[in-house]
Amino acid sequence: MSEARLFKPRFNPAKPIFNIVVFLLYLFLLAPLIIVFVVSFASNQYLSFPPEGFTLKWYQALPSETIFVEGMKVSLIVAVFVTVVVLAIGVPAALALQRFEFKSKAAMEAFFLSPLLTPSIVLALGMVLLFGPLNLNNTYTGIIIGHVAITIPFVIRTTIMSLATADTSCEDAARILGAGPWTVFRRVTLPIIRPGVIAGGVIAFIVSFDEAVISLFVAESGLPTLPVQVLRYVENSADAAVAALSVILILISLAVVVVVERVMGLRKALN
Amino acid sequence: MTTITTENPVPGTREGLESGVLEAAANKRRKRTYLALLIPGILGLLVSFVFPLLYMVRMSFNEGAPDGVVIDTFTFQTYIKPLTDPYYWRVTLDTFRMGLTVGVLCLVVSYPIALFLVRSTSKYKGLLLAIAIAPLLTSAVVRTYGWMVILGTNGLVNTSLESMGLIGSPLKLTNNMTGVTIGLVEIFMPYAILAMISGFGRLSPQLEEAAGSLGASKFKVFMRVTLPLSLPGVFTAFLLVFVMAISTFITPRLLGGGSVQVLATEIYDQTTGLLNWPFAAALSVILLVLFGTIIAIYQRIVQKIGG
Repeated sequence: MSEARLFKPRFNPAKPIFNIVVFLLYLFLLAPLIIVFVVSFASNQYLSFPPEGFTLKWYQALPSETIFVEGMKVSLIVAVFVTVVVLAIGVPAALALQRFEFKSKAAMEAFFLSPLLTPSIVLALGMVLLFGPLNLNNTYTGIIIGHVAITIPFVIRTTIMSLATADTSCEDAARILGAGPWTVFRRVTLPIIRPGVIAGGVIAFIVSFDEAVISLFVAESGLPTLPVQVLRYVENSADAAVAALSVILILISLAVVVVVERVMGLRKALN
Repeated sequence: MTTITTENPVPGTREGLESGVLEAAANKRRKRTYLALLIPGILGLLVSFVFPLLYMVRMSFNEGAPDGVVIDTFTFQTYIKPLTDPYYWRVTLDTFRMGLTVGVLCLVVSYPIALFLVRSTSKYKGLLLAIAIAPLLTSAVVRTYGWMVILGTNGLVNTSLESMGLIGSPLKLTNNMTGVTIGLVEIFMPYAILAMISGFGRLSPQLEEAAGSLGASKFKVFMRVTLPLSLPGVFTAFLLVFVMAISTFITPRLLGGGSVQVLATEIYDQTTGLLNWPFAAALSVILLVLFGTIIAIYQRIVQKIGG
């Protein structure tokens, strides 16, 4: 096994210690999620430790919590529209940035990624100020516009990555055989970069669905999204209803990621 | 067929483009194509990103009157208060200090995991990486809530310590900077781990092994080989966490419980509570300038190290 090694490594006591440290750090990283999971099944009336017994009452109560149901509805509608819009404008831009050469290309790419380097609280304030006179505060349009800024960098990035690794000879072949640019894109390029586009779309959906600050500024009073409702609830109440909701949300995002991983993994295997 | 090749220049099939006129036409066409592809995205970012920021900068030069009334004018009045009032100096310094503390602690706890993941040859490596970044998929609100349950007066830490008899009365771990710091360190860990892993490119087990077989002690190998080679990743991770920490709002708001004042919470209070829009805008501009300066300095440092 270790033929290539000249010296047989001595037993090194640092290694198990290092592994234990890594394990403990993983525990720290996952602590809030584990705790949320435990608390969501605890029968304590108020948030406290240790759990007094097992219950499903927090989960059973969720469908009758109108604020969560309403918030969920708003968040889903917003996230779906944001994903569609951001893919529609992000994928062509990524195509231009990756497949064409022009003078201001580097600056343009930096421009498209710059919302990531802007504090969301600053962006949120800018939006609430601008949307005021435009009557866009507390509207779906307002929240969706707000989320487009922070999700577009992810779509651009994943699509560019897919384009950069894709072989261009198929596109060339299709073109030589007489396909128009739109046909080449739809029939050749898009299928090749699909994993990147899907990944970008999923990230955009999750980022929009979880976003709290812009939604809080733009639509707290009139059209609160789920994260805004949860934020308010946590500030005012001390029971485990939010824990049950959180567990469900965590499971949903996990499921989405697993499905995408399967789809993309399958794609990679086929290529 | 020639019309198609002229419209869509293909590398290696330039024969159809001998004439300069045709080439110019093709270039024009290409220009039109990439502009058409870029324009929807540019418009999207103008509306959702550029205009709000510009409008905010303009707003910061207006004057705020009671009840949310904005007096349209051009004055530096809004900047005088945060730059002269000691309260705002303290808020800014607290924000800065929080960013530094969170950044450093986050590096300390993320470094071993990143190193472990880069070195690992286990077949579970992918799964372990996925677990390390999975918390990113949950909202910061949910994770902060988790920390409130862990650190609260009746939370996991306090009840455990009390039942072990180590403390008489509960430690104050929430509604103060301690709680906010702990929460933020954990929340930014996945980002730090990702940044470090992508910055650890030059690190290789062979180099460490070579140093070890040449007689260097484990400690020396780490100090002289592993650490220097991992510095680019460490720098990137620190900058990333620092800039996120100084602008974060949710965690200071929830875990701070109103008693931790940083620039982000101050901006929110000025907006929703006091309706002083120009002042909130001025604070945001200050935060933005702070942000930009740090990133610029950082890029200088990276260039110096790299060059």
